Amino acid sequence: MSYEAIVIGVSSGGLNALNVIFSNLPQDFSLPIIIVQHVSPRSNNKWIKLLNDKTNLQMKEADEKEKIENAAIYIAPPNYHLLIEKDKTFSLTIDERVNYARPSIDVLFESAAEAYKDKLIGIILTGSNADGTAGLKRIKEYGGLTIAQDPATAESGYMPASAIAAVKPDHILCLEEIIKLLIKINHSNYN
Amino acid sequence: MRYNDTSELEISLLLEAIFQKYGYDFRQYSEAHIRRRVMNRMAMSGLSDISQMQSKVINDESFASELLQDLSITVTEMFRDPDFYRSLRENVLPLLKTYPFIKIWHAGCATGQEAYSMAIIMQEEGLYERTTLYATDFNPQALKRAKEGIFPNSLMKEYTSNYQSAGGKESFSSYYISDHDNVIMNQSLKKNIVWANHNLVTDSVFAEVHLILCRNVLIYFDKNLQNKVQKLFYNSLINGGILCLGSKESLRFTDLHEEYTELDKKQRIFKKKY
Repeated sequence: MSYEAIVIGVSSGGLNALNVIFSNLPQDFSLPIIIVQHVSPRSNNKWIKLLNDKTNLQMKEADEKEKIENAAIYIAPPNYHLLIEKDKTFSLTIDERVNYARPSIDVLFESAAEAYKDKLIGIILTGSNADGTAGLKRIKEYGGLTIAQDPATAESGYMPASAIAAVKPDHILCLEEIIKLLIKINHSNYN
Repeated sequence: MRYNDTSELEISLLLEAIFQKYGYDFRQYSEAHIRRRVMNRMAMSGLSDISQMQSKVINDESFASELLQDLSITVTEMFRDPDFYRSLRENVLPLLKTYPFIKIWHAGCATGQEAYSMAIIMQEEGLYERTTLYATDFNPQALKRAKEGIFPNSLMKEYTSNYQSAGGKESFSSYYISDHDNVIMNQSLKKNIVWANHNLVTDSVFAEVHLILCRNVLIYFDKNLQNKVQKLFYNSLINGGILCLGSKESLRFTDLHEEYTELDKKQRIFKKKY
């Protein structure tokens, strides 16, 4: 199976988790990664720059209509929902909050599932609400690969546990195992 | 698989039907956004597929009106993005002050919160008496609420905080009268606001103005439609006029980006060249 993109949903405890993942992904990691991290509406997303400086990966806030490129990492801007169009470009909206969140993981995941069908990997990491559960379910319905962080290893286990209960994801893994799996998939994709 | 690509065709036929029957044109909106709203309405209304929805939209005007509300985003707040309003006060108003009368167009005003915000700033800067503020939207229900100027009391805490961060000079509560659940905006703020129905997709230039605010509307449009609406704005602005966009919007997708200078890059404030 070859995949075209990875979406990640993460909430409380997310900065540490993302730090672990992106400090351990190789420079030549080529699958695009699109992330919703719940942040306050007035956040300046400064953490992106901090993580960027540390990892040398190409990480940026997603812009409206921006084309999704390989080897790039995109973060949803604060106070906007991030959606993916069929032509693999981004749309931003200011629609009502979903699961008390804007950006919402469900909104990203559902639109990503429709755009990438079974060529998508969806990952739910640490967090303390149920956002992402419906989205991961949609990814599974389209035949994409679904992964949840093992709640016992998550800083906040509620969000992955909610997804696991509703979706029965393909993999339930700790962060180190998720990294290994992603590297393996990325490797087999391009060889 | 639950969905397949025939749904894409069905949605485009649905939008065609809405346009043919009611004149509202969503055909050049972001597809992922429209899909999300349509699917939500379908789940809520118990319809089994989009074709059914199409027939209902054609034959049932109240259903059509509901769907119109779904497709028209009215999420807004007073002084949304306080830093923008601070920049407006500091960088734009000194330019507007030089005109004997000031015309402002707030395009896509939804339920009016940002138009009232603008009115408040103009009052505080002593410019309101010579200002006409055209606040337009294509959604008649939103426009009606904007005109009434009645907002839930529960939102005032957030609005007050925004107002203060935006450099407000008075007590925010002096701009409205409060009863139990709601507040009513002061009549003096409404005096020079002209509320009007205008559709950016299908209507044309209606006035020559000094300042246009259109924030978080264009993100819903595809590139072609963005370009078309930007032309409308360009043709509505006087030379040296000011265009304010949302914090993630730009002039990238227009043929006109050479025709403006950046007054405040971060807050997306542009000045039309002479």
